[in-house]
Amino acid sequence: MSDFWSFYIIAIVVLNLVGCAFLLFANLRMTPEETRSETTGHSFDGIQERNQPLPRWWLYLFVLTLLFSVVYLVLYPGLGRFGGLLNWSSVSQWQEEVAWVNKQTEPLFEQFAKVPIEELHAYPETRDVGGRLFANNCALCHGSDARGAKGYPNLTDDDWLYGGSAEAILTSIRDGRHGQMPPMAAAVGGTDQAVRDMALYVQSLSRPAIKDKPEVAASVERAAPRFAVCAACHGQDARGNQALGAPNLTDGVWLHGARLEDIETTIREGRSSRMPPHESVLSEERLHVLAAYVYGLSQP
Amino acid sequence: MRDGSGTPYHYRVVRQFTVATVVWGVVGMLVGVWIAAQLAWPALNFNLPWLSFGRLRPLHTNAVIFAFGGCALIGTSLYVVQRTCETRLAFPRLAAFVFWGYQAVIVLAAISLPLGFTSAKEYAELEWPIDLLLAVVWVAYAVVFFATIARRRTSHIYVANWFYGAFIITIALLHIVNSAAIPVSLTKSYSAYGGAIDAMVQWWYGHNAVGFFLTAGFLGMMYYYVPVQAQRPIYSYRLSIVHFWALIAVYMWAGPHHLHYSSLPDWAQSVGMVFSIVLLAPSWGGMINGVMTLSGAWHKLRTDPIIRFLIVALSFYGMSTFEGPMMSIKTVNALSHNTDWTIGHVHSGALGWVAMITFGAVYVMTPRLFDRRRMFSVGWINVHFWLSTIGTVLYIAAMWVSGIMQGLMWRAVNDDGTLTYNFIQELSERQPFYVVRLLGGVLFLAGTVLMAVNVWRTVRGDRDDNGDLNVLREAA
Repeated sequence: MSDFWSFYIIAIVVLNLVGCAFLLFANLRMTPEETRSETTGHSFDGIQERNQPLPRWWLYLFVLTLLFSVVYLVLYPGLGRFGGLLNWSSVSQWQEEVAWVNKQTEPLFEQFAKVPIEELHAYPETRDVGGRLFANNCALCHGSDARGAKGYPNLTDDDWLYGGSAEAILTSIRDGRHGQMPPMAAAVGGTDQAVRDMALYVQSLSRPAIKDKPEVAASVERAAPRFAVCAACHGQDARGNQALGAPNLTDGVWLHGARLEDIETTIREGRSSRMPPHESVLSEERLHVLAAYVYGLSQP
Repeated sequence: MRDGSGTPYHYRVVRQFTVATVVWGVVGMLVGVWIAAQLAWPALNFNLPWLSFGRLRPLHTNAVIFAFGGCALIGTSLYVVQRTCETRLAFPRLAAFVFWGYQAVIVLAAISLPLGFTSAKEYAELEWPIDLLLAVVWVAYAVVFFATIARRRTSHIYVANWFYGAFIITIALLHIVNSAAIPVSLTKSYSAYGGAIDAMVQWWYGHNAVGFFLTAGFLGMMYYYVPVQAQRPIYSYRLSIVHFWALIAVYMWAGPHHLHYSSLPDWAQSVGMVFSIVLLAPSWGGMINGVMTLSGAWHKLRTDPIIRFLIVALSFYGMSTFEGPMMSIKTVNALSHNTDWTIGHVHSGALGWVAMITFGAVYVMTPRLFDRRRMFSVGWINVHFWLSTIGTVLYIAAMWVSGIMQGLMWRAVNDDGTLTYNFIQELSERQPFYVVRLLGGVLFLAGTVLMAVNVWRTVRGDRDDNGDLNVLREAA
């Protein structure tokens, strides 16, 4: 805030409060001739006006609120750049509250931190605390049963885009992930027919039975040589690449939909999926418990 | 129906606005009841986009605030300004344009909002062509009102007209500044402001719509209809002066309390809170002046249901203008923000104050406008009063309980620092209160329908076709 705007704010705030006080002060008492007459003498459509003095309790209430304002603006931010004597800010209040909660819960999470994730997931306490952390932070996208939704991976199966090891899960939660598939329509041939052929080819990887239809078999045959461009990420055997987050196309798990039109859309337009990082949201100890909970979801 | 040629005043436009008030009141409250039912039973969305809560909610707010409340304010102001300035309305043909132009805005809103056209600014959802029409209509209204004041035959300007005048000028300013937008097509525009500034402009507008539309405007109404119906002088001219100037000076600041703990800078949040608290006394000044006007005539509360409407309206006004400053305190707001408590607070003002003072004004004004001795049925007014009061109490009590429970459940934490309840758990706990709220709304709507029938039968002259032109004169 520049000096000008700071002074401007201070000036109009103070002026307004002083103005209110002046208004009250100027109307505190009545002139002798005012007190003598019962009404002001005006008449509007038969309406007359008495001229009672300001009710004292009301006046004191008004003064009280003005005094409160002055005290508050001295203690708290309000007058332009002046931050108040208490040095309070909404950010510092939040930080203090987070620090307080962290301190309260420190002993609990220290216990968890001592146990490696591969062991921790089986503890009943992990199910409780981790489950609540999951409900607060993860369920919004992955669902309260962790079975995911279209575009949001199911965490209870054995299919992992970035790996299902304890370390990989912890990294996914802590640092987030950004899964990107570029639009591939041009690369697979450019025409609607070429996209349809490739979609059928990809679908046939997990459902070979669809090739029983001769026209599907013809499509698959046309698309097969072009799969090389897909193999760069998804692999020659189409089993994916966890280092890139490229899904396995042969297992019948479809993040963005299993229907032919879903697959066509994926090929034509590409996909961009983001899992946000939680490093700044959750402490390292909480990430540890949460990773153990997620790890445990797919353990027998 | 007579055309009122026997009166020195121009009543045609006032009659039109009065009838429109009653009609839009029924429509707006019906939509409110419907969306309250949707919140209790979401299946009532019927999977139809134009019946969904998201589109009907702005239709409800626009209908009750701007159609019902707006017609009531414009209609009564054009009545009050003539009578208290003791002069005929200036530019009657321009006033006719104000009526038909305003109705056109309402009809366009009723069509465009369910179709999904919205600027996405709360209480200012209308798209830019309708905003422009409204700006033109509003300026015409200001011209008619202030030209009438300029032609007054009284030496002073009555206090009701100060409030109406402040309302007219400020709403023009708020509407034009907040609606500034860059159109990309006939039905789509983007706000001229961005980020936290857009939010601040929005709530500067939003809270002053409460302050100058729903408070100052209706205080203007109060300052005429309470003394006229009570036949008592206003309690204190001096109090009028002090609370009027304090109210309009302080209200302008209160908007930031809608953005506590947001990305709005801390200083702006503090200033918004401080002035919201200072606002308590100026707001109560109007309540004191209205209620104390009845002193010496308290027995009328027992005998006159219209007085009951006016005084209970002032009581709800006092209550919600106490609740508002309390809710603007950051510590309280941390609990109440985004909960049903806010909706309860708004409705204690909207149902208890705005609607009830309007009902009182309609009952006072209708026989005079249509040259009848009295309303078709005074007993019905009494029934309407109880329906409104019980409906309002049910509504706000349900929302208090629901809102405070909601806030407490949101902040409940386990030993490990995680939240105790998830959203669905908290939501399902609220369902019974939504049913009670719906019941309150149904009662309130029933009262409004009863008033509509009462007004209709009064206008038709079912009981009393040879009324005195001025009931007040007769009674005095």
